[in-house]
Amino acid sequence: MTAPAQPIQQPKARVAAWRPAFIRSVPLRLSVFLICFLWSVPTLGLLVTSVRDPKNITTSGWWTALLHPFEANQWTLSNYQTVIASDGMGNAFVNSLIVTIPSVAIPITIAAFAAYAFAWIPFRGRGILFTIVVALLVVPIQMSLIPILQIYSAGNLYGSYLGIWLAHTGFGLPLAIFLLYNFISQLPRDIFESAAIDGATHLQVFMRLVLPLSIPAIGAMAIFQFLWVWNDLLVALVFLGPGADVRVLPVALYNLIGSRGGSWHLLTAGAFITMIVPLIVFLLLQRAFVRGILAGSVKS
Amino acid sequence: MADIRTEVPGPSRFVLPILGLIALGLCVAGVLVLYDPQGGPNLLASIYDSLGNTSGATALRNGSGDQVIAKLLLAVIALLVGVGGIWLLFLLVGGAVGLLQAKWRDRILPWVFAGPALALLAVFLLYPAAGTIVRSFQNDKGQFTLANFAVMVEPEFTQILRNNAIWLIVGTGASVILGLIFAWLFDRVRREALAKTLVFLPLAISLVGASVIWTFVYAFQPAGQPQIGLLNAVLVGLGGKPISWLTTSPINVFCEIIIMIWLQTGFAMVVFSAAIKGVSGEVLEAARLDGATERQVFVRVIVPMIRGSIVTVSTTIAIVTLKIFDIVFATTGGRFNDDVVANRMFHEIFQFFEDGRGAALATLLFIAVLPVMYINLRNFRRQQVEG
Repeated sequence: MTAPAQPIQQPKARVAAWRPAFIRSVPLRLSVFLICFLWSVPTLGLLVTSVRDPKNITTSGWWTALLHPFEANQWTLSNYQTVIASDGMGNAFVNSLIVTIPSVAIPITIAAFAAYAFAWIPFRGRGILFTIVVALLVVPIQMSLIPILQIYSAGNLYGSYLGIWLAHTGFGLPLAIFLLYNFISQLPRDIFESAAIDGATHLQVFMRLVLPLSIPAIGAMAIFQFLWVWNDLLVALVFLGPGADVRVLPVALYNLIGSRGGSWHLLTAGAFITMIVPLIVFLLLQRAFVRGILAGSVKS
Repeated sequence: MADIRTEVPGPSRFVLPILGLIALGLCVAGVLVLYDPQGGPNLLASIYDSLGNTSGATALRNGSGDQVIAKLLLAVIALLVGVGGIWLLFLLVGGAVGLLQAKWRDRILPWVFAGPALALLAVFLLYPAAGTIVRSFQNDKGQFTLANFAVMVEPEFTQILRNNAIWLIVGTGASVILGLIFAWLFDRVRREALAKTLVFLPLAISLVGASVIWTFVYAFQPAGQPQIGLLNAVLVGLGGKPISWLTTSPINVFCEIIIMIWLQTGFAMVVFSAAIKGVSGEVLEAARLDGATERQVFVRVIVPMIRGSIVTVSTTIAIVTLKIFDIVFATTGGRFNDDVVANRMFHEIFQFFEDGRGAALATLLFIAVLPVMYINLRNFRRQQVEG
């Protein structure tokens, strides 16, 4: 580009002369503000309602509470106490932890080994097998429900933690293998060649080189899988069931809608309990999450 | 490149595998505890017994007592077994295969690495998919029939299919278009990161949670009573009559789709935002020099240049909206002419015990994603050839 600098500057300067930049950008900034406001208001309403005194909730809109925020007697945490204790949200929270952590760790471990094999160990049938993995990426979970349910009923896995870990592992694997393969296959070839010259085995290369180098991809995939499992309703409902002793947060919240339909003070508090962990994870690890999304969608 | 092998000193050559085997045994015991529905309380009861706390043990066995501690014990075992066990298995089997002769090792090792994943894919996706397709052509006695698909032309089901089509087109279209516009607008303001976070945040919320949030926005009280739902309050404030948004067909379908748009727009925006930043500044400057307005630059230059991202995001969101279940299930249950395929499938299986119809509905979803599968495979092949 050898274009002279002057013509580039001129049109801007001319406009700016009679309409200063900050006034020109007012409609833009106003619309951005409006969008952010619209996108946040529903969640704000939930949060405010969850800490309001129940008797005010049905008689006035939640926004009226914000008009006089310093009247301390309109705020309360009793809604949370009620849903955690008597509506079983506390128990469901523990269940969600028990279900989620292995359901994230197991598929990512299995997928990492598989992705390494697909990327760096030549074996017969590798190409066609990986093509099947790519094809399975979009197969709806609904295709699996009926046959797996039959297997689980026969094998006494219905309603067990073991059963739901395996189900989440199976359903999470295609994306996990695909994302980790995309990353691991792009690692520089030299490091594998020099490791082979040193006589390192595949297991050593995987443990000492590939895993440490793949932490960004593994982290992003872990966030995906965490959000998916923690927020999942369908798989938990079908394979773990609605029983009070095993139900996870989304199932418990769904039950709350059924049993406490009009009780907004409990529903909003319950909903916020289901959201709190993913929101924290998300806000802390937003960057890694975005990196994962971009690796998963832009490249392919 | 440093030598990455470790020199294993004599004794630990035997100690490590033995420790590994012991740990594996403990993991198997842990799995058995987890497999037993009463495993947690029973284990804690045995611990109490050995500590001499017989009354505590009896209470646990009768379903009362320290159930919370039993649950937490189960959680700890779950973590150790779930996270540690799988690593142990890979390391032990991988290590054992490493001791074999080179010829055998090279043949077996890839299957040690990829085998568990392939086996799970076969059990949880391939076999069930085939089973579901077969089941959709069978009646309850296992005989061949087309009846499960034949009912799909009845009004009850055509409405479901129509609703799914609306979800697919409106949900995907609006998320993608709004995502594009937001990415373009946010790109030019100073607090871009904050604005993006606010729009992106709903992606962390479960669909059930989002359904509660929006059911509250749509809350309805008869005219004359105070409106606690934001939308009706605004409507009444402007002089209108309150509407029961979620029970009035056909607007309820669109009200539910808005929940999905609220969730998915952030995803689209983030991908488009990155793509827009990848468009060369020189190209944009050239367009502006030619007298193009910002809007023209966006429509005529930016959008065509990030076409690839638009296709990927559209197909991703299309698949999510096609399978939509939670929102309809949690807001209305599909009882007000707003049912969709995945929700109906759930009710066919668990309420009407019509597995054949459920399988047929799943198969319809599968057929609908086939074009996306084709696009993905074609892109993947192309990538392999280039790379």
